[in-house]
Amino acid sequence: MAEYHMTTPLSDEDVSKLEAGDIVYLNGTIYTARDAAHKRLVDLIEKGEQLPFDLKGSVIYFVGPTPPKPGEPIGSAGPTTSYRMDSYSPILIEHGQKGMIGKGKRNEAVKEACKKYKAVYFGATGGAGALIAKAIKEAEVIAYPELGPEAIRKLKVEEFPVTVINDTHGNDLYEMGRAKYEVKD
Amino acid sequence: MREIAYDDLVKSVKAMVMHTASHLPEDALAAIEKAFQEEKSEVAKSVLKQILDNAHLASEEDRPLCQDTGLAVYFVNVGEDVKVVGGSIRDAINQATEEAYKEGYLRASTCDCFDRHNLKDEVGYNLPAVIHFDLVPGDKIEIEYAAKGGGSENVSRATVLAPAQGKEGIKNFVKQVISDAGPNPCPPIIVGVGIGGTFEVAAKSSKHALFREAGTPNTNPDLDAFEKELKEELNKLGIGAMGMGGTQTVLAVHIEKNPCHIASLPVSVNVQCHSSRHSHITL
Repeated sequence: MAEYHMTTPLSDEDVSKLEAGDIVYLNGTIYTARDAAHKRLVDLIEKGEQLPFDLKGSVIYFVGPTPPKPGEPIGSAGPTTSYRMDSYSPILIEHGQKGMIGKGKRNEAVKEACKKYKAVYFGATGGAGALIAKAIKEAEVIAYPELGPEAIRKLKVEEFPVTVINDTHGNDLYEMGRAKYEVKD
Repeated sequence: MREIAYDDLVKSVKAMVMHTASHLPEDALAAIEKAFQEEKSEVAKSVLKQILDNAHLASEEDRPLCQDTGLAVYFVNVGEDVKVVGGSIRDAINQATEEAYKEGYLRASTCDCFDRHNLKDEVGYNLPAVIHFDLVPGDKIEIEYAAKGGGSENVSRATVLAPAQGKEGIKNFVKQVISDAGPNPCPPIIVGVGIGGTFEVAAKSSKHALFREAGTPNTNPDLDAFEKELKEELNKLGIGAMGMGGTQTVLAVHIEKNPCHIASLPVSVNVQCHSSRHSHITL
């Protein structure tokens, strides 16, 4: 279990050295999107149109934050459950996305895309929204403001703490961790 | 007949809702601290530490514990000898919910089932609240409240077993639900189990079971023993905090049981994430 400090955009080399269980502190720009925004991004790709941000090397955070209090960049901002993005993530990964941040299991298609196109799935601590917000220094809605909490935001983060769940080698921390502690009768 | 002013009811409920969003109740905090002490996995322990740090930060700075500030769920026991003057109880609770979510900078999470658009502008900010009413003797109004997140609700399940499946069947069903859920509902979790009644009574009981203070025993000794047995079984799954693997997956199992039809054995499992935001007031 290693610890890394990385700055976006992430390269193939960055993500290839990561292994399930590693702790990564992310810096730089990341983007937020939930199901509704993912659907729109995939629609744009299918139509061959331009996306609201550059997917190459990007990290997308699955989050729908609470509204910011006056003078603050963002409200509480912990991860949402990732499986709802499973049908969209492989297409974005194929087009250059390198990292996803969420919580909960991913399906085989996502894990396969992580191996094939070199991308990783990071887990953040669900329900730690107040704590995680401290790592977010700036937030700006860059697309789909009508989606409210589900709009795409550009976030500037410093030392944003995540754990590698699915790496580029096909490992899955949820399966590994559970296998270690499961007691079979 | 005792009277309670509509505005007083709104004020009390609103204060409770706003407070609950950022202050994890003592029972949940104590249960997580105990899990932190007992956890064997270092990774899971570090997750539990983050969860505790988050709870302290949220409380100190009055920030929502989680970005999913939930649907507002209420169980309301209305005494037969009390009435609210100046408006209905339902309107008061909805008004209090809307004002608290807006003024507390909480997230509005109610949407249409099909096109998924947020209902904040047409129905109201995070409205409608989910309100379960009951009529009871007396001249008080008791209101139990929880901010119920979606992640843990998504893994909840209900079924109707054959009576012959009995306790073993219930145990297997609960175990299957929690095993399938894995990391998704933000463990460590509290598991509400509704047994008996009709299909909907089991579901409602499993929700209400989550309102009991974690760590308090079931008043029925047989059910208390069954709760402890289930907790031990579920912790053998090894899921751990946030699914990273560990010995502390379940903080508590709470059961509510009702008489049922001679042909049926309804069972419902409602899951509560570690951010167990609940409170109650009596007026």
